[in-house]
Amino acid sequence: MANMTETESQNLPPAVIELLGVKKRFGRQLVLRGVDLTVREGRTLVIVGASGQGKSVIIKHMLGLIRPDRGTVKVFGRDLGKLGRGEMNEVRRDFGVLFQNAALFDSMTVYDNVALPLRERTGQSESAIRANVMEKLAMMQMEKAIDKFPAQLSGGMRKRVGLARAVVLNPKIVFFDEPTTGLDVNKSNEIYRLFYRSQQQLGYTAVIVSHDVPKIFKLADEVALLDEGIIQGCMPPDEFQLSEQPLIKAFVVETMGHLYSSDEEENGFYAQAES
Amino acid sequence: MIMRHLVEKLGYETLWFLESTGRMGLFLVRALASIFGKSFKFFPVVRQIHFIGARSVFVILFTGAFTGMVLGLQGYYTLRKFGSEGFLGSAVALSLIRELGPVLTALMVIGRAGSAMCAEVGIMRNSEQIDALECMAVDPYRYLIVPKLLAGIMVLPLLTAIFDVVGIFGGYLVGVGLYGVNEGAFFQGMYASVVWADVEMGLVKSLVFGLLLVWICTCKGFFLHLEQTGGFGAEGVSRTTTDAVVLSSVSVLVWDYLISALMI
Ligand SMILES: Nc1ncnc2c1ncn2[C@@H]1O[C@H](COP(=O)(O)OP(=O)(O)OP(=O)(O)O)[C@@H](O)[C@H]1O
Ligand SMILES: [Mg+2]
Repeated sequence: MANMTETESQNLPPAVIELLGVKKRFGRQLVLRGVDLTVREGRTLVIVGASGQGKSVIIKHMLGLIRPDRGTVKVFGRDLGKLGRGEMNEVRRDFGVLFQNAALFDSMTVYDNVALPLRERTGQSESAIRANVMEKLAMMQMEKAIDKFPAQLSGGMRKRVGLARAVVLNPKIVFFDEPTTGLDVNKSNEIYRLFYRSQQQLGYTAVIVSHDVPKIFKLADEVALLDEGIIQGCMPPDEFQLSEQPLIKAFVVETMGHLYSSDEEENGFYAQAES
Repeated sequence: MIMRHLVEKLGYETLWFLESTGRMGLFLVRALASIFGKSFKFFPVVRQIHFIGARSVFVILFTGAFTGMVLGLQGYYTLRKFGSEGFLGSAVALSLIRELGPVLTALMVIGRAGSAMCAEVGIMRNSEQIDALECMAVDPYRYLIVPKLLAGIMVLPLLTAIFDVVGIFGGYLVGVGLYGVNEGAFFQGMYASVVWADVEMGLVKSLVFGLLLVWICTCKGFFLHLEQTGGFGAEGVSRTTTDAVVLSSVSVLVWDYLISALMI
Protein backbone atom coordinates (compact mmCIF):
# COMPACT_ATOMS: atom_id res chain seq x y z
CA MET A 1 0.00 0.00 0.00
CA ALA A 2 3.03 2.19 -0.06
CA ASN A 3 2.30 3.04 -3.67
CA MET A 4 -1.10 4.48 -2.89
CA THR A 5 -1.82 7.80 -4.57
CA GLU A 6 -2.80 10.89 -2.63
CA THR A 7 -6.41 10.97 -3.75
CA GLU A 8 -6.90 7.33 -2.96
CA SER A 9 -5.59 7.71 0.55
CA GLN A 10 -7.97 10.60 1.18
CA ASN A 11 -10.98 8.47 0.39
CA LEU A 12 -9.90 5.61 2.58
CA PRO A 13 -11.32 5.32 6.08
CA PRO A 14 -8.77 5.97 8.83
CA ALA A 15 -6.52 3.17 9.99
CA VAL A 16 -7.54 1.68 13.33
CA ILE A 17 -4.79 -0.92 13.59
CA GLU A 18 -1.33 -0.55 12.17
CA LEU A 19 1.52 -3.01 12.37
CA LEU A 20 4.86 -1.57 11.30
CA GLY A 21 7.83 -3.85 10.82
CA VAL A 22 6.75 -6.25 13.53
CA LYS A 23 9.34 -8.91 14.25
CA LYS A 24 8.87 -11.71 16.70
CA ARG A 25 11.07 -14.59 17.69
CA PHE A 26 10.18 -17.49 19.96
CA GLY A 27 13.41 -19.07 21.13
CA ARG A 28 15.27 -20.03 18.00
CA GLN A 29 12.25 -19.72 15.77
CA LEU A 30 11.78 -16.46 13.93
CA VAL A 31 8.02 -16.34 13.45
CA LEU A 32 7.38 -12.82 12.19
CA ARG A 33 10.11 -11.19 10.14
CA GLY A 34 8.73 -7.72 9.68
CA VAL A 35 4.97 -7.63 9.31
CA ASP A 36 3.33 -4.48 7.94
CA LEU A 37 -0.42 -4.47 8.05
CA THR A 38 -3.15 -1.86 8.22
CA VAL A 39 -6.74 -2.39 9.23
CA ARG A 40 -9.14 0.38 8.32
CA GLU A 41 -12.23 1.48 10.11
CA GLY A 42 -15.34 -0.52 9.32
CA ARG A 43 -13.46 -2.85 7.04
CA THR A 44 -12.96 -6.58 7.28
CA LEU A 45 -9.45 -7.87 6.99
CA VAL A 46 -8.99 -11.58 6.50
CA ILE A 47 -5.61 -13.11 7.24
CA VAL A 48 -4.91 -16.35 5.45
CA GLY A 49 -1.86 -18.57 5.42
CA ALA A 50 -0.75 -22.09 6.10
CA SER A 51 -0.95 -23.55 9.57
CA GLY A 52 1.85 -22.49 11.90
CA GLN A 53 2.81 -19.38 9.96
CA GLY A 54 1.97 -17.04 12.81
CA LYS A 55 -1.54 -15.80 12.12
CA SER A 56 -2.58 -16.22 15.73
CA VAL A 57 0.65 -14.53 16.77
CA ILE A 58 -0.28 -11.49 14.64
CA ILE A 59 -3.68 -11.29 16.31
CA LYS A 60 -2.05 -11.51 19.74
CA HIS A 61 0.19 -8.61 18.82
CA MET A 62 -2.87 -6.55 17.91
CA LEU A 63 -4.43 -7.45 21.25
CA GLY A 64 -1.32 -6.37 23.11
CA LEU A 65 -0.86 -9.84 24.56
CA ILE A 66 2.52 -10.24 22.88
CA ARG A 67 5.05 -7.44 22.53
CA PRO A 68 7.01 -7.35 19.32
CA ASP A 69 10.80 -7.72 19.46
CA ARG A 70 11.04 -4.97 16.85
CA GLY A 71 8.49 -2.70 15.25
CA THR A 72 5.35 -1.05 16.51
CA VAL A 73 1.71 -1.95 16.90
CA LYS A 74 -0.71 0.94 16.89
CA VAL A 75 -4.39 0.66 17.75
CA PHE A 76 -6.57 3.75 17.40
CA GLY A 77 -3.33 5.58 16.74
CA ARG A 78 -1.84 4.64 20.10
CA ASP A 79 1.40 2.71 20.30
CA LEU A 80 0.60 -0.36 22.39
CA GLY A 81 4.22 -0.66 23.45
CA LYS A 82 4.03 2.67 25.25
CA LEU A 83 0.75 2.15 27.05
CA GLY A 84 0.47 1.43 30.74
CA ARG A 85 -1.97 -1.04 32.13
CA GLY A 86 -4.84 1.35 32.55
CA GLU A 87 -4.46 2.82 29.09
CA MET A 88 -4.23 -0.64 27.58
CA ASN A 89 -7.54 -1.48 29.22
CA GLU A 90 -9.05 1.66 27.73
CA VAL A 91 -8.04 0.46 24.28
CA ARG A 92 -9.28 -3.05 24.95
CA ARG A 93 -12.67 -1.79 26.01
CA ASP A 94 -13.62 -1.74 22.36
CA PHE A 95 -12.35 -5.22 21.54
CA GLY A 96 -14.31 -8.38 21.04
CA VAL A 97 -12.12 -11.43 20.81
CA LEU A 98 -12.63 -15.03 19.84
CA PHE A 99 -9.54 -17.12 20.54
CA GLN A 100 -8.67 -20.04 18.35
CA ASN A 101 -9.53 -22.49 21.14
CA ALA A 102 -12.42 -20.27 22.36
CA ALA A 103 -10.73 -19.82 25.79
CA LEU A 104 -13.99 -20.16 27.70
CA PHE A 105 -13.80 -20.01 31.48
CA ASP A 106 -14.13 -23.66 32.27
CA SER A 107 -15.36 -23.29 35.82
CA MET A 108 -18.36 -21.24 34.66
CA THR A 109 -21.51 -22.17 32.81
CA VAL A 110 -22.12 -21.02 29.28
CA TYR A 111 -24.45 -18.33 30.58
CA ASP A 112 -21.92 -16.97 33.06
CA ASN A 113 -19.21 -17.01 30.43
CA VAL A 114 -21.17 -14.72 28.19
CA ALA A 115 -22.42 -12.62 31.09
CA LEU A 116 -18.97 -12.06 32.57
CA PRO A 117 -17.92 -9.11 30.39
CA LEU A 118 -21.24 -7.41 31.13
CA ARG A 119 -20.98 -8.02 34.85
CA GLU A 120 -17.41 -6.84 35.07
CA ARG A 121 -17.54 -3.94 32.72
CA THR A 122 -21.02 -2.47 32.86
CA GLY A 123 -23.32 -1.54 35.68
CA GLN A 124 -26.28 -3.26 34.06
CA SER A 125 -28.89 -4.96 36.19
CA GLU A 126 -29.07 -8.75 36.16
CA SER A 127 -32.27 -8.65 34.13
CA ALA A 128 -30.74 -6.41 31.46
CA ILE A 129 -27.70 -8.67 31.40
CA ARG A 130 -29.94 -11.68 31.04
CA ALA A 131 -31.77 -10.19 28.08
CA ASN A 132 -28.53 -9.29 26.35
CA VAL A 133 -26.88 -12.65 27.01
CA MET A 134 -29.89 -14.61 25.84
CA GLU A 135 -30.11 -12.52 22.68
CA LYS A 136 -26.49 -13.22 21.80
CA LEU A 137 -26.76 -16.90 22.67
CA ALA A 138 -29.93 -17.24 20.62
CA MET A 139 -28.06 -15.63 17.74
CA MET A 140 -25.51 -18.44 17.96
CA GLN A 141 -28.25 -21.03 18.59
CA MET A 142 -26.80 -21.90 21.94
CA GLU A 143 -29.71 -20.83 24.14
CA LYS A 144 -30.49 -24.42 25.09
CA ALA A 145 -27.07 -25.01 26.57
CA ILE A 146 -26.89 -22.13 29.03
CA ASP A 147 -26.43 -24.34 32.09
CA LYS A 148 -23.74 -26.50 30.59
CA PHE A 149 -20.05 -26.19 31.35
CA PRO A 150 -17.54 -25.76 28.51
CA ALA A 151 -16.16 -29.25 29.06
CA GLN A 152 -19.63 -30.61 28.26
CA LEU A 153 -19.76 -28.93 24.86
CA SER A 154 -18.45 -29.98 21.48
CA GLY A 155 -15.70 -27.95 19.85
CA GLY A 156 -18.10 -26.18 17.52
CA MET A 157 -20.48 -25.34 20.34
CA ARG A 158 -17.61 -23.86 22.33
CA LYS A 159 -16.73 -21.74 19.37
CA ARG A 160 -20.25 -20.39 19.13
CA VAL A 161 -20.29 -19.55 22.82
CA GLY A 162 -16.95 -17.80 22.29
CA LEU A 163 -18.48 -15.79 19.46
CA ALA A 164 -21.44 -14.82 21.60
CA ARG A 165 -19.07 -13.68 24.32
CA ALA A 166 -16.96 -11.75 21.84
CA VAL A 167 -19.85 -9.63 20.58
CA VAL A 168 -21.79 -9.22 23.81
CA LEU A 169 -20.41 -5.75 24.53
CA ASN A 170 -20.96 -4.49 20.98
CA PRO A 171 -17.25 -3.99 20.34
CA LYS A 172 -15.75 -1.62 17.79
CA ILE A 173 -13.18 -4.12 16.60
CA VAL A 174 -13.67 -7.85 16.55
CA PHE A 175 -10.87 -10.37 16.29
CA PHE A 176 -11.97 -13.82 15.26
CA ASP A 177 -9.31 -16.50 15.15
CA GLU A 178 -10.77 -19.25 12.98
CA PRO A 179 -14.41 -18.62 13.90
CA THR A 180 -15.77 -21.56 11.95
CA THR A 181 -13.17 -24.28 12.36
CA GLY A 182 -14.95 -27.29 13.78
CA LEU A 183 -18.39 -26.24 12.59
CA ASP A 184 -20.35 -28.01 9.89
CA VAL A 185 -21.03 -26.22 6.63
CA ASN A 186 -24.50 -25.05 7.65
CA LYS A 187 -23.35 -23.65 10.94
CA SER A 188 -20.34 -21.97 9.43
CA ASN A 189 -22.48 -20.36 6.73
CA GLU A 190 -24.82 -19.23 9.45
CA ILE A 191 -21.93 -17.75 11.43
CA TYR A 192 -20.80 -15.78 8.40
CA ARG A 193 -24.34 -14.59 7.73
CA LEU A 194 -24.68 -13.50 11.34
CA PHE A 195 -21.35 -11.82 11.17
CA TYR A 196 -22.29 -10.02 7.97
CA ARG A 197 -25.63 -8.90 9.35
CA SER A 198 -24.27 -7.71 12.66
CA GLN A 199 -21.44 -5.91 10.97
CA GLN A 200 -23.93 -4.13 8.71
CA GLN A 201 -25.82 -3.02 11.80
CA LEU A 202 -22.96 -2.20 14.12
CA GLY A 203 -20.33 -1.27 11.60
CA TYR A 204 -17.44 -2.75 13.46
CA THR A 205 -13.98 -3.35 12.13
CA ALA A 206 -13.04 -6.99 11.84
CA VAL A 207 -9.86 -8.99 11.73
CA ILE A 208 -10.53 -12.60 10.87
CA VAL A 209 -8.18 -15.51 10.55
CA SER A 210 -9.77 -18.18 8.46
CA HIS A 211 -9.11 -21.18 6.29
CA ASP A 212 -12.53 -20.92 4.64
CA VAL A 213 -11.22 -20.00 1.24
CA PRO A 214 -12.96 -19.03 -1.01
CA LYS A 215 -16.06 -18.51 1.13
CA ILE A 216 -14.39 -15.87 3.22
CA PHE A 217 -13.55 -13.80 0.13
CA LYS A 218 -17.20 -12.74 -0.02
CA LEU A 219 -16.92 -11.12 3.39
CA ALA A 220 -13.47 -9.68 3.14
CA ASP A 221 -12.69 -6.15 2.14
CA GLU A 222 -9.07 -7.10 2.13
CA VAL A 223 -7.19 -10.36 2.20
CA ALA A 224 -3.67 -10.66 3.54
CA LEU A 225 -1.48 -13.66 2.97
CA LEU A 226 1.05 -14.45 5.67
CA ASP A 227 3.87 -16.62 4.49
CA GLU A 228 7.45 -16.99 5.64
CA GLY A 229 6.93 -14.44 8.36
CA ILE A 230 5.87 -11.52 6.21
CA ILE A 231 2.66 -10.30 4.63
CA GLN A 232 3.07 -11.28 1.02
CA GLY A 233 0.28 -9.03 -0.08
CA CYS A 234 -2.81 -7.32 1.24
CA MET A 235 -5.49 -6.48 -1.29
CA PRO A 236 -9.20 -6.81 -2.09
CA PRO A 237 -10.28 -10.42 -2.66
CA ASP A 238 -10.93 -10.17 -6.40
CA GLU A 239 -7.47 -8.72 -6.89
CA PHE A 240 -6.04 -11.34 -4.56
CA GLN A 241 -7.45 -14.20 -6.60
CA LEU A 242 -5.91 -12.88 -9.75
CA SER A 243 -2.64 -11.74 -8.27
CA GLU A 244 0.53 -12.65 -10.11
CA GLN A 245 2.63 -12.53 -6.95
CA PRO A 246 4.07 -16.07 -6.96
CA LEU A 247 3.32 -16.98 -3.35
CA ILE A 248 -0.21 -15.60 -3.52
CA LYS A 249 -0.79 -17.37 -6.77
CA ALA A 250 0.48 -20.60 -5.28
CA PHE A 251 -1.82 -20.15 -2.31
CA VAL A 252 -4.85 -19.46 -4.49
CA VAL A 253 -4.16 -22.44 -6.71
CA GLU A 254 -3.57 -24.67 -3.72
CA THR A 255 -6.70 -23.70 -1.81
CA MET A 256 -9.16 -23.24 -4.66
CA GLY A 257 -7.34 -25.25 -7.26
CA HIS A 258 -10.42 -27.02 -8.52
CA LEU A 259 -11.81 -23.73 -9.80
CA TYR A 260 -8.85 -23.14 -12.02
CA SER A 261 -7.01 -26.36 -12.67
CA SER A 262 -7.95 -28.53 -15.57
CA ASP A 263 -9.75 -31.84 -15.15
CA GLU A 264 -6.60 -33.72 -15.95
CA GLU A 265 -4.80 -32.23 -13.02
CA GLU A 266 -7.74 -33.12 -10.77
CA ASN A 267 -7.77 -36.67 -12.01
CA GLY A 268 -4.05 -36.83 -11.53
CA PHE A 269 -4.55 -35.78 -7.93
CA TYR A 270 -7.10 -38.48 -7.23
CA ALA A 271 -5.10 -41.11 -9.04
CA GLN A 272 -2.17 -40.17 -6.85
CA ALA A 273 -4.31 -40.35 -3.76
CA GLU A 274 -5.70 -43.74 -4.68
CA SER A 275 -2.40 -45.37 -5.49
CA MET B 1 35.84 -25.67 28.88
CA ILE B 2 33.97 -27.20 31.77
CA MET B 3 34.90 -24.18 33.84
CA ARG B 4 33.38 -21.85 31.28
CA HIS B 5 30.30 -23.96 31.10
CA LEU B 6 29.94 -23.81 34.86
CA VAL B 7 30.35 -20.06 34.98
CA GLU B 8 27.81 -19.66 32.21
CA LYS B 9 25.37 -21.90 34.00
CA LEU B 10 25.89 -20.03 37.25
CA GLY B 11 25.33 -16.69 35.58
CA TYR B 12 22.25 -17.98 33.85
CA GLU B 13 20.78 -19.35 37.06
CA THR B 14 21.54 -16.14 38.93
CA LEU B 15 19.83 -14.05 36.30
CA TRP B 16 16.91 -16.42 36.30
CA PHE B 17 16.66 -16.19 40.08
CA LEU B 18 16.74 -12.40 40.01
CA GLU B 19 14.18 -12.28 37.24
CA SER B 20 11.71 -14.58 38.92
CA THR B 21 12.13 -12.90 42.28
CA GLY B 22 11.51 -9.52 40.71
CA ARG B 23 8.50 -10.89 38.92
CA MET B 24 7.06 -12.22 42.14
CA GLY B 25 7.60 -8.88 43.83
CA LEU B 26 5.88 -7.00 41.03
CA PHE B 27 3.06 -9.52 41.06
CA LEU B 28 2.36 -8.79 44.71
CA VAL B 29 2.59 -5.03 44.25
CA ARG B 30 0.19 -5.19 41.29
CA ALA B 31 -2.24 -7.36 43.15
CA LEU B 32 -2.20 -5.23 46.29
CA ALA B 33 -2.55 -2.07 44.23
CA SER B 34 -5.62 -3.38 42.49
CA ILE B 35 -7.36 -3.99 45.82
CA PHE B 36 -7.78 -0.26 46.04
CA GLY B 37 -9.02 0.14 42.50
CA LYS B 38 -12.61 0.99 41.82
CA SER B 39 -15.47 -1.49 41.50
CA PHE B 40 -14.24 -3.76 44.24
CA LYS B 41 -16.61 -6.64 44.83
CA PHE B 42 -16.84 -8.52 48.05
CA PHE B 43 -18.77 -11.58 46.93
CA PRO B 44 -15.82 -13.29 45.19
CA VAL B 45 -13.86 -12.90 48.43
CA VAL B 46 -16.62 -14.72 50.28
CA ARG B 47 -16.44 -17.53 47.78
CA GLN B 48 -12.72 -17.83 48.25
CA ILE B 49 -13.13 -17.75 52.02
CA HIS B 50 -15.47 -20.66 51.59
CA PHE B 51 -12.98 -22.44 49.35
CA ILE B 52 -9.90 -21.88 51.49
CA GLY B 53 -11.58 -21.76 54.85
CA ALA B 54 -14.68 -23.82 55.14
CA ARG B 55 -13.27 -26.72 53.22
CA SER B 56 -10.11 -26.75 55.31
CA VAL B 57 -11.87 -26.74 58.67
CA PHE B 58 -12.14 -30.48 58.93
CA VAL B 59 -8.46 -31.05 58.22
CA ILE B 60 -7.56 -28.35 60.72
CA LEU B 61 -9.76 -29.87 63.42
CA PHE B 62 -8.17 -33.23 62.86
CA THR B 63 -4.54 -32.15 62.74
CA GLY B 64 -5.09 -29.67 65.57
CA ALA B 65 -6.50 -32.33 67.84
CA PHE B 66 -3.70 -34.79 67.19
CA THR B 67 -0.99 -32.17 67.46
CA GLY B 68 -2.36 -31.12 70.84
CA MET B 69 -2.61 -34.73 71.94
CA VAL B 70 0.94 -35.56 71.02
CA LEU B 71 2.11 -32.37 72.73
CA GLY B 72 0.26 -33.49 75.83
CA LEU B 73 1.90 -36.90 75.62
CA GLN B 74 5.46 -35.77 74.98
CA GLY B 75 5.13 -32.81 77.29
CA TYR B 76 3.93 -35.00 80.11
CA TYR B 77 6.87 -37.40 79.83
CA THR B 78 9.43 -34.62 79.63
CA LEU B 79 7.96 -32.53 82.42
CA ARG B 80 7.53 -35.53 84.70
CA LYS B 81 11.31 -36.00 84.72
CA PHE B 82 11.57 -32.63 86.43
CA GLY B 83 8.52 -33.21 88.52
CA SER B 84 6.78 -30.27 86.97
CA GLU B 85 3.71 -31.79 85.31
CA GLY B 86 1.86 -28.70 86.45
CA PHE B 87 3.45 -26.77 83.62
CA LEU B 88 1.84 -29.01 81.02
CA GLY B 89 -0.98 -26.57 80.32
CA SER B 90 1.32 -23.66 79.63
CA ALA B 91 3.75 -25.80 77.61
CA VAL B 92 0.99 -27.06 75.32
CA ALA B 93 -0.66 -23.67 74.96
CA LEU B 94 2.53 -21.74 74.32
CA SER B 95 3.93 -24.09 71.72
CA LEU B 96 0.61 -24.14 69.92
CA ILE B 97 -0.09 -20.44 70.01
CA ARG B 98 3.42 -19.24 69.22
CA GLU B 99 4.64 -21.88 66.79
CA LEU B 100 2.75 -24.96 65.85
CA GLY B 101 -0.67 -23.45 65.34
CA PRO B 102 0.28 -20.93 62.66
CA VAL B 103 2.88 -23.13 60.97
CA LEU B 104 0.91 -26.34 60.78
CA THR B 105 -2.26 -24.52 59.76
CA ALA B 106 -0.36 -22.82 56.96
CA LEU B 107 1.16 -26.11 55.82
CA MET B 108 -2.25 -27.77 55.83
CA VAL B 109 -3.82 -24.93 53.88
CA ILE B 110 -0.98 -25.05 51.36
CA GLY B 111 -1.64 -28.72 50.80
CA ARG B 112 -5.37 -28.33 50.83
CA ALA B 113 -6.02 -25.05 49.02
CA GLY B 114 -2.68 -23.62 47.85
CA SER B 115 -2.02 -26.43 45.42
CA ALA B 116 -5.55 -26.15 44.08
CA MET B 117 -5.23 -22.40 43.58
CA CYS B 118 -1.94 -22.81 41.75
CA ALA B 119 -3.34 -25.47 39.46
CA GLU B 120 -6.50 -23.46 38.80
CA VAL B 121 -4.64 -20.30 37.83
CA GLY B 122 -2.07 -22.32 35.89
CA ILE B 123 -4.71 -24.06 33.82
CA MET B 124 -6.37 -20.71 33.17
CA ARG B 125 -3.05 -19.39 31.91
CA ASN B 126 -2.46 -22.46 29.80
CA SER B 127 -5.80 -22.38 28.07
CA GLU B 128 -5.64 -18.63 27.34
CA GLN B 129 -8.39 -17.83 29.83
CA ILE B 130 -6.21 -15.18 31.45
CA ASP B 131 -5.50 -13.69 28.02
CA ALA B 132 -9.24 -13.68 27.42
CA LEU B 133 -9.80 -11.76 30.66
CA GLU B 134 -7.19 -9.20 29.68
CA CYS B 135 -8.75 -8.74 26.27
CA MET B 136 -12.11 -8.07 27.91
CA ALA B 137 -10.34 -5.31 29.83
CA VAL B 138 -11.03 -7.23 33.01
CA ASP B 139 -7.97 -6.95 35.22
CA PRO B 140 -6.94 -10.54 35.99
CA TYR B 141 -5.20 -9.40 39.16
CA ARG B 142 -8.36 -7.87 40.50
CA TYR B 143 -10.60 -10.59 39.23
CA LEU B 144 -8.54 -13.67 39.99
CA ILE B 145 -5.82 -12.91 42.48
CA VAL B 146 -7.18 -10.28 44.86
CA PRO B 147 -10.11 -12.35 46.19
CA LYS B 148 -7.74 -15.22 46.91
CA LEU B 149 -5.21 -12.97 48.64
CA LEU B 150 -7.79 -11.28 50.82
CA ALA B 151 -9.42 -14.57 51.67
CA GLY B 152 -6.05 -16.05 52.59
CA ILE B 153 -5.23 -13.15 54.90
CA MET B 154 -8.63 -13.33 56.55
CA VAL B 155 -8.95 -17.07 56.85
CA LEU B 156 -5.56 -18.10 58.13
CA PRO B 157 -5.87 -16.38 61.54
CA LEU B 158 -9.30 -17.92 62.00
CA LEU B 159 -8.14 -21.40 61.10
CA THR B 160 -5.12 -20.93 63.31
CA ALA B 161 -7.38 -19.98 66.19
CA ILE B 162 -9.42 -23.12 65.64
CA PHE B 163 -6.24 -25.17 65.48
CA ASP B 164 -5.01 -23.68 68.76
CA VAL B 165 -8.24 -24.23 70.63
CA VAL B 166 -8.69 -27.77 69.42
CA GLY B 167 -5.03 -28.48 70.09
CA ILE B 168 -5.24 -27.21 73.64
CA PHE B 169 -8.28 -29.36 74.16
CA GLY B 170 -6.36 -32.35 72.76
CA GLY B 171 -3.52 -31.67 75.17
CA TYR B 172 -6.04 -31.41 77.96
CA LEU B 173 -7.57 -34.75 77.04
CA VAL B 174 -4.26 -36.56 77.12
CA GLY B 175 -2.70 -34.70 80.03
CA VAL B 176 -5.67 -34.42 82.34
CA GLY B 177 -7.87 -37.21 81.07
CA LEU B 178 -5.27 -39.89 80.45
CA TYR B 179 -2.39 -39.08 82.78
CA GLY B 180 -4.29 -37.45 85.56
CA VAL B 181 -2.55 -34.09 85.61
CA ASN B 182 -4.41 -31.76 87.92
CA GLU B 183 -7.04 -29.90 85.94
CA GLY B 184 -6.72 -26.74 87.93
CA ALA B 185 -2.95 -26.71 87.51
CA PHE B 186 -3.30 -27.31 83.78
CA PHE B 187 -5.53 -24.28 83.19
CA GLN B 188 -4.05 -22.11 85.90
CA GLY B 189 -0.56 -22.54 84.39
CA MET B 190 -1.97 -21.67 81.01
CA TYR B 191 -3.71 -18.47 82.20
CA ALA B 192 -0.61 -17.40 84.03
CA SER B 193 1.90 -17.92 81.24
CA VAL B 194 0.09 -17.01 78.02
CA VAL B 195 0.24 -13.25 77.55
CA TRP B 196 -0.95 -10.98 74.77
CA ALA B 197 2.49 -10.97 73.15
CA ASP B 198 2.18 -14.70 72.49
CA VAL B 199 -1.20 -14.32 70.88
CA GLU B 200 0.09 -11.37 68.91
CA MET B 201 3.00 -13.40 67.58
CA GLY B 202 0.67 -16.17 66.48
CA LEU B 203 -1.61 -13.65 64.84
CA VAL B 204 1.17 -11.88 62.96
CA LYS B 205 2.51 -15.20 61.78
CA SER B 206 -0.81 -16.44 60.53
CA LEU B 207 -1.47 -13.16 58.69
CA VAL B 208 1.94 -13.28 57.03
CA PHE B 209 1.61 -16.96 56.18
CA GLY B 210 -1.82 -16.37 54.68
CA LEU B 211 -0.43 -13.70 52.39
CA LEU B 212 2.69 -15.69 51.64
CA LEU B 213 1.05 -18.92 50.63
CA VAL B 214 -1.59 -17.38 48.40
CA TRP B 215 1.00 -15.08 46.88
CA ILE B 216 3.44 -17.84 45.98
CA CYS B 217 0.85 -20.35 44.83
CA THR B 218 -1.12 -17.98 42.61
CA CYS B 219 1.98 -16.28 41.25
CA LYS B 220 3.50 -19.60 40.21
CA GLY B 221 0.32 -20.49 38.38
CA PHE B 222 -0.09 -17.03 36.88
CA PHE B 223 3.38 -17.05 35.32
CA LEU B 224 3.28 -20.70 34.39
CA HIS B 225 4.15 -19.90 30.79
CA LEU B 226 7.38 -18.22 31.86
CA GLU B 227 8.66 -21.18 33.84
CA GLN B 228 12.23 -22.10 32.99
CA THR B 229 11.48 -25.74 32.42
CA GLY B 230 8.54 -25.00 30.16
CA GLY B 231 5.18 -24.85 31.82
CA PHE B 232 3.07 -26.27 29.06
CA GLY B 233 0.34 -28.85 29.24
CA ALA B 234 -0.80 -31.04 32.07
CA GLU B 235 2.75 -31.89 33.04
CA GLY B 236 3.69 -28.24 33.27
CA VAL B 237 0.76 -27.57 35.56
CA SER B 238 1.58 -30.51 37.81
CA ARG B 239 5.26 -29.62 37.98
CA THR B 240 4.54 -25.98 38.72
CA THR B 241 2.02 -26.93 41.38
CA THR B 242 4.57 -29.14 43.10
CA ASP B 243 7.12 -26.32 42.93
CA ALA B 244 4.62 -23.90 44.40
CA VAL B 245 3.79 -26.23 47.29
CA VAL B 246 7.45 -26.81 48.08
CA LEU B 247 8.40 -23.16 47.77
CA SER B 248 5.53 -21.89 49.86
CA SER B 249 6.10 -24.53 52.56
CA VAL B 250 9.77 -23.66 52.79
CA SER B 251 8.98 -19.95 52.81
CA VAL B 252 6.52 -20.45 55.65
CA LEU B 253 9.22 -22.13 57.73
CA VAL B 254 11.82 -19.48 56.89
CA TRP B 255 9.45 -16.64 57.72
CA ASP B 256 8.43 -18.45 60.87
CA TYR B 257 12.01 -18.23 62.02
CA LEU B 258 12.39 -14.62 60.94
CA ILE B 259 9.22 -13.46 62.66
CA SER B 260 10.09 -15.38 65.82
CA ALA B 261 13.54 -13.83 65.85
CA LEU B 262 12.12 -10.36 65.33
CA MET B 263 9.32 -10.56 67.86
CA ILE B 264 10.93 -12.47 70.65
N1 LIG C 1 3.90 -18.71 23.04
C1 LIG C 1 4.65 -19.30 22.11
N2 LIG C 1 5.87 -19.79 22.43
C2 LIG C 1 6.64 -20.37 21.50
N3 LIG C 1 6.31 -20.50 20.21
C3 LIG C 1 5.12 -20.04 19.82
C4 LIG C 1 4.22 -19.41 20.74
N4 LIG C 1 3.10 -19.05 20.08
C5 LIG C 1 3.29 -19.43 18.80
N5 LIG C 1 4.50 -20.02 18.63
C6 LIG C 1 5.05 -20.53 17.37
O1 LIG C 1 4.76 -19.58 16.38
C7 LIG C 1 4.37 -20.22 15.18
C8 LIG C 1 3.08 -19.61 14.69
O2 LIG C 1 2.04 -19.97 15.56
P1 LIG C 1 0.53 -19.53 15.30
O3 LIG C 1 -0.28 -20.13 16.38
O4 LIG C 1 0.47 -18.07 15.14
O5 LIG C 1 0.21 -20.22 13.92
P2 LIG C 1 -1.10 -20.03 13.05
O6 LIG C 1 -0.70 -19.35 11.80
O7 LIG C 1 -2.16 -19.39 13.86
O8 LIG C 1 -1.47 -21.53 12.72
P3 LIG C 1 -2.93 -22.24 12.71
O9 LIG C 1 -3.56 -21.92 11.41
O10 LIG C 1 -2.60 -23.68 12.83
O11 LIG C 1 -3.67 -21.71 13.89
C9 LIG C 1 4.26 -21.69 15.46
O12 LIG C 1 5.32 -22.33 14.83
C10 LIG C 1 4.39 -21.82 16.95
O13 LIG C 1 5.20 -22.92 17.25
MG1 LIG D 1 -3.80 -19.95 14.79
